[in-house]
Amino acid sequence: MSDLVFDSVSVRYGGRRGLTAVDHVGLTVPAGQVVGLVGESGSGKSTLARAAVGLSPVSAGRVLLGGVDVRELPRRRPLQMVFQDPYSSLDPRMSVGESIAEAIPRGVLPGRGARRDEVARLLDLVNLDPDRAGHLPGGLSGGQRQRVALARALAGRPEVLIADEITSALDVSVQGAVLNLVRSLQRRLGLSMLFISHNLAVVRYLSDIVAVMYLGRIVEVGPAEQVLTEPQHPYTRDLLAAAPSAHTSLFDTGVDTATADTEPADPHHPPSGCRYRTRCPVGPLVRADRELCRQADPTEDAAHRRHSAACHFAENHSHQSVISRGASAS
Amino acid sequence: MAKALRTPVGAFSAALLALVLALAVLAPILWHGNAFEVDTEAIGQGPSAAHWLGTDNLGRDVLFRVLVATRLSVLLAVLATAIGVVTGLVLGTLPSLLPRSAARLVTAAVNIAVAFPGLLLVLFFSVIFGVGTHGAVLAVGFALAPAFARLAQTLSASVAGQDFVSAARISGVGRIRLLVRHILPNIGEPLVVNATIGAGASLLTFSGLSFLGIGVQAPDYDWGRLLGEGLNGIYVNPAAALAPGAAVVLVGLAFNLAGETVAGVIGVRTGSRTSAPRPHIPAREEVAEDRDGALLVVENLQVAFPRPSGWTVPVRGVGFTVRAGEAIGVVGESGSGKSLTGLAVSRLVESPAVVTADRLEFAGKPVLTTPERELRGLLGTSLAMVFQDPMTSFNPTRRIGHQLAEVSEQHQGLPRAKALARAVDRLRAVRIPAAERRARQYPHEFSGGMRQRAMIGMGLMGDPRLIIADEPTTALDVTVQRQLLRLLARTRAERDTAIILISHDIAVVSQTCERMLVMYAGRIVEDLPSAATPRHPYTRALLAASLDLETDRDAPLVVIPGRPPEPDRVPDGCAFADRCPVVTDRCRREDPVLERVDATHRVACWHKGGAA
Amino acid sequence: MTTSAIVAPGLRSSPWLSFAWRRLGRFAVSLWVLVTMAFLMIQLIPGDPVRAALGLTAPVELVTARRAALGLDDPIWLQYVHYLGGLVTGDFGTSMTSGLPVSDVIGDRLPATLQLALPAFAVVIAVAIPLGVLFAVLTRGGRRRGAELAFTSTSVLLAAIPEFLVAVALVALFAVRLGWFPVAGSDGPSSFVLPVVALALGPASVLARIVRVETLSVLGNDFIRTARAKRLPARLVYFRHALPNAVTATLTMGGLMLTGMVAGTVLVENVFAWPGLGSSIAQSILQKDYPLVQGIVLVYGIGVLLVNLAVDVLLAVLDPRSTIREN
Repeated sequence: MSDLVFDSVSVRYGGRRGLTAVDHVGLTVPAGQVVGLVGESGSGKSTLARAAVGLSPVSAGRVLLGGVDVRELPRRRPLQMVFQDPYSSLDPRMSVGESIAEAIPRGVLPGRGARRDEVARLLDLVNLDPDRAGHLPGGLSGGQRQRVALARALAGRPEVLIADEITSALDVSVQGAVLNLVRSLQRRLGLSMLFISHNLAVVRYLSDIVAVMYLGRIVEVGPAEQVLTEPQHPYTRDLLAAAPSAHTSLFDTGVDTATADTEPADPHHPPSGCRYRTRCPVGPLVRADRELCRQADPTEDAAHRRHSAACHFAENHSHQSVISRGASAS
Repeated sequence: MAKALRTPVGAFSAALLALVLALAVLAPILWHGNAFEVDTEAIGQGPSAAHWLGTDNLGRDVLFRVLVATRLSVLLAVLATAIGVVTGLVLGTLPSLLPRSAARLVTAAVNIAVAFPGLLLVLFFSVIFGVGTHGAVLAVGFALAPAFARLAQTLSASVAGQDFVSAARISGVGRIRLLVRHILPNIGEPLVVNATIGAGASLLTFSGLSFLGIGVQAPDYDWGRLLGEGLNGIYVNPAAALAPGAAVVLVGLAFNLAGETVAGVIGVRTGSRTSAPRPHIPAREEVAEDRDGALLVVENLQVAFPRPSGWTVPVRGVGFTVRAGEAIGVVGESGSGKSLTGLAVSRLVESPAVVTADRLEFAGKPVLTTPERELRGLLGTSLAMVFQDPMTSFNPTRRIGHQLAEVSEQHQGLPRAKALARAVDRLRAVRIPAAERRARQYPHEFSGGMRQRAMIGMGLMGDPRLIIADEPTTALDVTVQRQLLRLLARTRAERDTAIILISHDIAVVSQTCERMLVMYAGRIVEDLPSAATPRHPYTRALLAASLDLETDRDAPLVVIPGRPPEPDRVPDGCAFADRCPVVTDRCRREDPVLERVDATHRVACWHKGGAA
Repeated sequence: MTTSAIVAPGLRSSPWLSFAWRRLGRFAVSLWVLVTMAFLMIQLIPGDPVRAALGLTAPVELVTARRAALGLDDPIWLQYVHYLGGLVTGDFGTSMTSGLPVSDVIGDRLPATLQLALPAFAVVIAVAIPLGVLFAVLTRGGRRRGAELAFTSTSVLLAAIPEFLVAVALVALFAVRLGWFPVAGSDGPSSFVLPVVALALGPASVLARIVRVETLSVLGNDFIRTARAKRLPARLVYFRHALPNAVTATLTMGGLMLTGMVAGTVLVENVFAWPGLGSSIAQSILQKDYPLVQGIVLVYGIGVLLVNLAVDVLLAVLDPRSTIREN
C-alpha cells in the first residue's frame, strides 16, 4: 500500500472568465488511513477527488500514488472511486455481475469460471447475495446499489479508495449500514481512503485525519479528534457549531453576530487575502483592525501553524464551547 | 416494446406495418402483370367496376399500380433511412473517439448542417448525385444523417455524463469498449424509435422527390411518381392522385405511430385507469387533544392515486392539530408520505390524486369543501409555503421582486408600485442585503440560501399564521441551514406564526420544533414533544441511527434492517412489523391505533407500554 | 452562481455585446460554409457539368466555349475567388437555359415565395401556440383523456401528411370538386388561400404538439406549485408563469421546424404552379441549370440562417438566463 499525495494541485475550468475550483491544494492520504474531506458544496472537494482519477483536468501540480505521478500509471490504476448518486452509478443495461467483472483487471483472473467466482466473492464481501450477479440494477434499492458500486471499486484491486458523498442520497436507516460496511472493508483490506462528505458527523465517524476545504483551498487539516475538539480555523468552528444535533439549540453559538447572515463568497471572484474573511466572525467584518486578513493570504505560511490552519489569527481563538462538547462525547 | 404493443394505438400501427410489409413482398409477385397491362379502350378513365380507381393516361389500372408500387416506395425509404442512421451514428459517436480538435470540427459541421431543413439538403445532394433512383436514395439518406448525428451526440453525451461511465473509465475500460458496451446500448432504444419515425419521414421526402420528377424515373414508379402523374389528370380522375397520396400518408403514419408509441409520447399512458371505488380506510387514531381555537385541525387525512391496478394510498389516515405559534416537525424517511401530507393540508394536491379527510380546517374554515374562490384570499395571505428545491421554486423568467409583489397585488389589492415597495421591505425583513437591488434581479442571480429566504419573504407578504416548510434546508449547506432555521424561528417568535417543518433529519426537527410527528408508510406512528422519550420502536431506531458529533466512533452504527413497504403493498398489520425488534404475532395481524399515552404524547404500537 | 450580482448595473450591456459578437460570428461562419458548399456543389458533380447540361449530342466547340464562359477551366482556387467576388457584387452567374443573370431570376421569383411563406408563418404561430397551451391546460395531469386522444391523433395525422399531399387533397376538394378556389397560379387573393393552408397545416400541428408538451412540462415545474401556493388565479398561473417559460422552450425546437417551412414552399409551389423560387429549383435541377440551382440553394440557405439568427436573438431577449447559459 502506498500514500496518495496531492502536490499543490490546481483545477481550473473555462477560459478568461473561468473558475479555479481547486487552488494549489496539498493533501496526503497516508497508507492504510482514512482522510475525511469536508466542506460546503462548491468548495472543490469533489473536483479534487475527480482530479485524482483523471476525471477533472489538473492544470497545475501533481497527484502522486506511491511517489509516481498518476498520469504515468498504467490505464488500470490501483485507485478506485465510488460516486454519490446510486441511480446513475450503475449501467442500467448491464447485470450487476458484468459491471463488477468489467472492473477486474485483465490477466489477473483468466477464464470465465475464475471471474465468476471473483464476482461472487466480491458480492459476498459487501454483504449481498452472490445470486444477485445476474440481476439488472433496476430492482435494487439505493443502499444495495451503493454496495454493488463498492464491490465494483474493490474488483479493481485498489490501494486507494475514493468515496465521494456515497451516503448523502440515502435514508438515515440505510446510511448506517453502508458506513459500517465501508469501515469494516477499509480495516479488513488495509485500504487508504479519501472520504468526502458535507456531513461532519459522517466524516468524524470514519476518519483518522480530517481536512476542511473552503472555496478551493484546504483551510485546516489534522488528526480527526484534534481537529474536532480543538479546531484552529474559524470556518471549522463554524461548521462544528452549525452541525445539527438533537442536543443543542439553534441559538447556542453567537446569536445574531454581524456574520450570522453572510453569504458564501462567489467562487468566480474569490476575496483577496483570506478567502474566509467575508464571513469570518473573528475577521475584519467584526474587528476593523484586522486589515491583515484583506491583504495577506494565510495559506502561504499555513504549514507553520497547528493543523496547517489557513488563518492569521488561528492560535488565539480556540473555542471553549466546542472543546467542552467534544469532551462530553460518550 | 411489448408493453407498447398492448395499447390500442400500438397494436394498430403494428398491424398496419405488418400489412404494408406483406404488400411490399407480395404485391409485385401477384399483380405485376395487371399493373402493366395497357387497356387502350380505357385511357384516363375515372373509377369503374373494371378499374376501381380508374386508369392512367396509358389505360393502366391505378389500383394495381398503387399496390405494386408499395415495394419500391417502402424499400427506398428503408434504404435511405439505413444510410442516414449509419452515417449519422458514425458522425455522432466519432467525436467521443477522435482527438479533441478533430472532434470539435465534426461537431461544428453537424451543428451547421442540422440547422438546414431536410428537403434543402436533399435538393443539394441530388444535384451532386444526379437525378434518378440511386441519386435520390443517397440524397435522402445523407440529408437524414445530420439529424441523427445530433441525436446520437446529445444522447451519448447525456449517457457519458453518468457516473457509471466515469466508473468504467476509472477501472481502465478503453474508449471503444466504453462506446460499445456502455454508451451504445443505452442510446439504442431512442435511436431505434427515431429511426422508425425517420423511415416515415424519408418515405414522405422520397415521394416528394419523385413527385418533383427528381426521384424515381420511368418506367419505374413509386407512389410519388404516381401522384405526380395523377395530378396532371386531376380534373378527369382525382382518384389517381389521391390514392397514392393516401398510401403515402397511411404508411408514413404507420411508421410514425409505431415509433411514437414505443417512445411513450402517446398511448403508453392510456392504460385504463382504475374505476374501482376508492377504498375507505377508517380512522385509526385517537383525537389528539381538545381542539378549540386550534389553527389547523386534521382528522383522518388520506391521499389516494388511481393506478391501473387499483388505488395507491400513500397517505393513509393522518390526524393532528396545530395551535397558533406552535412549531411542529414532521419526520420520516423518503416515501413516508410526509411531503404529500404538507401539500394536502394546503390544498395543493392536484387531480388525479384524491384528498379526503374526516375533518380538515384551517383558521376555522373547511379547506376541502369551501370553494376555491372563497378560500383564495385566506390561504394566499395566511398560509405560506417553502419548498425543498430553491433552484426550481422560483419562476426563472420573472424578477424576484415581482414574484413577491404579485401576492399583495392579488390578495391585498395594492397597486404595483406599493406592492413592490412592500416586497423590498419583506426582503429586508428576511435579511437579504441590498434588498432594493436584489428585488430587481432574477432567481438565477440568487444563491440557494438567499432564494429560500426570499421564499420565506414571499410568505411574509401577507400575514402568515402558518408556514409549511417542506425540507427547506435539504439542498443547503449546514451553515446556511442554520441561518435559515434561525430565520424561521425568529419569524415565529416575532409574529406568533405556527410552523410545520417537514424533514428527514430528526436532529433538525428536534432543534427547531417543540413537537414532532413521526411518519411511517403513510401514517403517523408517534406524536410526541421533542423533549420526551420516544416510545415507538421506529422513532427510537431513527433516533439511534442518526449520526451526530457525539456518536461513539468505536461502536458500529445502529441500523434499521429492511426497507419500508411500497405504498401499494402495505401489509394488513403494523407496517413496521417486518423491521421491528419487538414484533409479535399481533403486530402482523392487526394495525395498531394511534393512542394517547399522556396529554401530549400519542403512539401507534401494541408494545408502547413497555418492552424496550 | 451570482456572477452578475457583482457586475455593476452600468456594465449590464456588456454580456449583450459579447452575445451579439458571438452570435454574429457564428452567422458569418455558417454563411461562409454555406457559400463554400454551394460552390463545391458544382465541383462535386461527377463528370463534366456542362456536358451533362448540354447533352451528349452537343458539339464539342459549344461545350468548350461554354466551359470557358463559365470559367470552369481555371484552377479551382481561382474559380472560388471569382465566385466569392461575384457574390459580393451581386453577381450569381448566368442561367444556362435562359441566358438571364441568376440574380434577375431570383429577384423576379423571390417575392412570390415570400408572399406564400410569410402569411403561412403567421398562420402557424397564430393557430399553434393558443391551441397548444389550451390543450395542455385541459389535459394536464391526465385529465380529459378524450380531448387528449383527439388532439394527439389529429395532430399526428396532420403532421404525417406532407405539404404537397395536403395541397393535392385541397386542390381535389376545393378547386376541382367545389370550384371555390383556382387550381393553380398566382392570381388574386383567392389564389393564396389553398397554398397558404397547405403550407401551414403540417407545421401548425407539429408546433401545437410541441407547445402542448412543453407547456405540460412547464406545468410540472416547482415554480408553478409556488405560483399556486400564492393562490394566484388560474389565468395568472398559466399566462404569467407557464407561458413565458413554455415559449422559450418551444422556440428552440419550433425554430428548427419553421425553417422547414422554407423548404415546404418548394413542393407546394410545384403543386400550384406558383411562380416562386420553388418551382424554379425543381425545373433547374431537371434541366441541369447548375448556376441557377446554386443561386436558389444559396437564397434558401440564407433564409434559414436568418430564421435561426432571429430565434436566437428572441431567446436571448425572452430568457434572462440565456446570455449566461451560452458560456
